[in-house]
Amino acid sequence: MKEISSVIQLIPLEYYLVLSGTLFSIGLMGVLFRRNIIAILMCIELMFNSVNLLLTAFSAYHSDPAGQVFVFFIMIVAAAEVAVGLSIVVMMKRNVESVDINLLNRLKW
Amino acid sequence: MIFLFFLLSAVMVVSALFVVFSKNPVNNVIYLIVCFIAMAGHYILLNAQFLAVVHLIVYTGAIMVLFLFVIMLLNLNKAIIPQKSKTTRIMAVITGGLFFLVLLAATRQTFEILPRYPFTSTIGLVKEIGKTLFNDFLLPFEMSSVLFISAMVGAVMFGKKDDAV
Repeated sequence: MKEISSVIQLIPLEYYLVLSGTLFSIGLMGVLFRRNIIAILMCIELMFNSVNLLLTAFSAYHSDPAGQVFVFFIMIVAAAEVAVGLSIVVMMKRNVESVDINLLNRLKW
Repeated sequence: MIFLFFLLSAVMVVSALFVVFSKNPVNNVIYLIVCFIAMAGHYILLNAQFLAVVHLIVYTGAIMVLFLFVIMLLNLNKAIIPQKSKTTRIMAVITGGLFFLVLLAATRQTFEILPRYPFTSTIGLVKEIGKTLFNDFLLPFEMSSVLFISAMVGAVMFGKKDDAV
């Protein structure tokens, strides 16, 4: 356990900032890039997880377990979000026979 | 240790790029699972053991299986969805890159963040997380169960056929 925690002395926190920024940007790019609604949901999961990683890194560097409890709550909310989102996908497939988001344009101005 | 960090980061970034650019939804899910397993490795590097296990069980175990289940239930691996127009795709890549540049610039402007000195490496263990969760965050924990049951009821209501409601 002593050896594992030495990563905090070796790696500066900025590396985690850059890594999770990269993942968040990739997720954002995916949301704008894809038309498949399931792929968009997956990219949103990717963005959630980059934020989770950053919260965990800050919590570990500051010796504060509250940050990891926040990550736990984010995981709970993400699970609920995925359940509702995928049931919306199933309903959409049943109603318009496709999972293309360009068919859901009635709220577009 | 630094090598392990860079290896896990490279696996995460490459598999995340495959999630965006691969066309088959089943391949997307597989690459996302690879990305999440690498992220569990990051949690173990940070000595957040509870989070690593919960991440493996909840994300890689439950949520990704839910995605795969929906894809196979709806038979989406054969459905061809046309891509967005080339202009929109190029703009999406440029937007993501510019957003990354903004984040990078903001990171470079930060002052040096040092670990707090009386440093304990045991905060990620189940004991410490449990103490914090059930002392300071007891009410949000109970509220999250209400959130879960409402999400479950909502999912069941969405999943019903319209004439049955």
